[in-house]
Amino acid sequence: MKNNILIIGGGPAGLEASAQLQRMGYNVILIERSAKLGGHLAQWDRLFPDRVPADEVLGGLLRATEGVKCFTDTDIRAINRLDKSYNVRLTNGITVLSDAVLVASGFDLFNAVRKEEYGYGIYNQVMTNADLEAYFKTGEDKRIENPRKIGFVHCVGSRDEKSGCRSCSKVCCATAVKQAIEMKQAFPQAEVFCFYMDLRLFGRHYEDLYLEAQKEYGVRFIRGRVAEVSENYDGTLLVKAEDTVASKPLKITLDLLVLMAGMRPSASVKELGEHLGMMVEEDGYFAVRSGIAAGQRSPQPGIFLAGAATGPKTLPETLADARAAAMEIDRYLTEIFPDAKNYKQLVKERW
Amino acid sequence: MIYEGKQKIWSEYQKEIPDDHYFYVRSCIRQSFFPASEATFLDITRNALGKDIFETEHHTTCGGIAYHSDTIPQETVMTIIARQFALMAKHGYENYVCSCITSFGLYCETMETWREYPELEAKIRENLWRSCKLEFAKPKFLVHASDLIYKYRNLIAAQAVRKLVNVHTGEPLKVVEHIGCHYSKMFPSKGVGGAEYPYVLVGMIEAWGGEIVDYPERRHCCGFGFRQYFIKGNRGYSLSNTHKKFESMEPFKPDLIITNCPGCPYFLDRWQYVIAESTGKTYGQDGHGIPALTYEEVAGLVMGYDPWDLGLQTHQVGVEPLLDKMGVEYDPAKKYLGMNGKDLGAPAPCSCLK
Repeated sequence: MKNNILIIGGGPAGLEASAQLQRMGYNVILIERSAKLGGHLAQWDRLFPDRVPADEVLGGLLRATEGVKCFTDTDIRAINRLDKSYNVRLTNGITVLSDAVLVASGFDLFNAVRKEEYGYGIYNQVMTNADLEAYFKTGEDKRIENPRKIGFVHCVGSRDEKSGCRSCSKVCCATAVKQAIEMKQAFPQAEVFCFYMDLRLFGRHYEDLYLEAQKEYGVRFIRGRVAEVSENYDGTLLVKAEDTVASKPLKITLDLLVLMAGMRPSASVKELGEHLGMMVEEDGYFAVRSGIAAGQRSPQPGIFLAGAATGPKTLPETLADARAAAMEIDRYLTEIFPDAKNYKQLVKERW
Repeated sequence: MIYEGKQKIWSEYQKEIPDDHYFYVRSCIRQSFFPASEATFLDITRNALGKDIFETEHHTTCGGIAYHSDTIPQETVMTIIARQFALMAKHGYENYVCSCITSFGLYCETMETWREYPELEAKIRENLWRSCKLEFAKPKFLVHASDLIYKYRNLIAAQAVRKLVNVHTGEPLKVVEHIGCHYSKMFPSKGVGGAEYPYVLVGMIEAWGGEIVDYPERRHCCGFGFRQYFIKGNRGYSLSNTHKKFESMEPFKPDLIITNCPGCPYFLDRWQYVIAESTGKTYGQDGHGIPALTYEEVAGLVMGYDPWDLGLQTHQVGVEPLLDKMGVEYDPAKKYLGMNGKDLGAPAPCSCLK
């Protein structure tokens, strides 16, 4: 008998873990609450630092999950702990007896409307990083008509106590630099400004991307937060900010302002936490058994975590986390169900 | 501009404003700057709308000007405020409405401070009893007078004899709204519409037929920052603030500015004269300025009050072009007559501002 594993969330973490666990010989059931697999990755055009197409990465993840039972538009209705397993009722009417559950519920983008002073949803020429990726994918957005001056605001809904978002989103700095370069490539005559608090370009090649933006594309980085945005008579934006390096307030007219909306805990965390009896920390992400030694294990037996369900992560970190979670699940199931027909048993039988 | 986006934000910043039965406290400086505004508020609310608005001559200043000038200890100003609230309770009211934005901000700040530090509230309670022999009380509802006019805006519209419409073109008048900084910038949830896109004055203008102008320096201070104006050496900052606002609103060609703060209409009005006299620049049509009125004055105009009874002659910027656009009948000969018909004398004409 094969062990059943339920994976909640069809984003990169859920897809990667599904593929890994299926390869190990487990019976994987993947549920996704939206209509499409891929999570935020499906909305993105290209990925930092190498600007590889997101579709290419997602295509690879999807191909690797062939054979996995996927249910989209599906959520958990109820879950009960049995002796060693979980009895899970799904909203599509199916009931699954699952020996392990992996929560890969991902993240939500910060709702930029909440930073009222930036005017998203009020002023026509204000957009978010997600809107800009959609433009890169489709080439269509009525806000973008040969902009001559473009601004990027880092840390919108991250590292911001006022909006209740204390943590760093990790990905926004590199995304802003990548998008700034892409806008310069699309509109070489445009002047591009990035307003930042700190540049957290920690990953391999990220610093190279930052230097490339400055040296090759002339993107100007201004260390200071944007105070407020308003609309001029001609529809352009008047942006007030502070240049903390020059110790001066500044006022600039822009044709387009892009807000780097940060990662927030998925709206599903609260509901899932209640269903699964899992603790949520003050920052809104799921608690793990040990942040260092057992980052993919929840305090509940048989329930595991991967990806942005436990905090902001880059895509490579998410995929690595999903693989680690698959290994943790395998270790757990081997201990709890020593006779189960997973790949190790098959190998033993064959030899 | 995406109007629906603003509507969404406005819907999130709605405060409860009781319909009736208020204890009213006046402003220290509005009675000097625009003396008819408070009388108009009382006349509209009591006589036109039949509301119970009570005031007593025993109330005092809130101490706000001294507080923001750092010349009064916080406990003293809190005891003054506690006395105001105690007078409200003594007269059987639990809804408090104040005329002044500085006072409103200070009342909000004081009540929040008491909530945060109950031991301070206990001390003020004791101070109040020892100094005035009054029982401590807090308002159940604290509102600014503009909140009440906002609440009654449709009742006022129902009694209006004219709209904020140019009678010659049929077009709505373009109106700049300016909120006092202490109305909602300190406590966004205490103001109708919040701090970034306040709705309290916008709601009035919409109800009375005007069109709101949103210009880039809308949020900027009028120039009556306490330290900018009270300290003589800083007054250039005050003037430059006002100048910045007018330069920003100029392309939108506003017909009128509506305000809800004691200082804002004063500075937006008087500094236009200074700018005109010192630079020759005017912001209205044909050498005129842009009238900066209080919300009571605007309400009075749409309800058919005589402009001179509303005290519009106390403004530096002439209001006649606005009155002509609105189709308000007025007697120029009566502009500078006192209450008993005595000629108070016309001021000397300005050299630049018509």
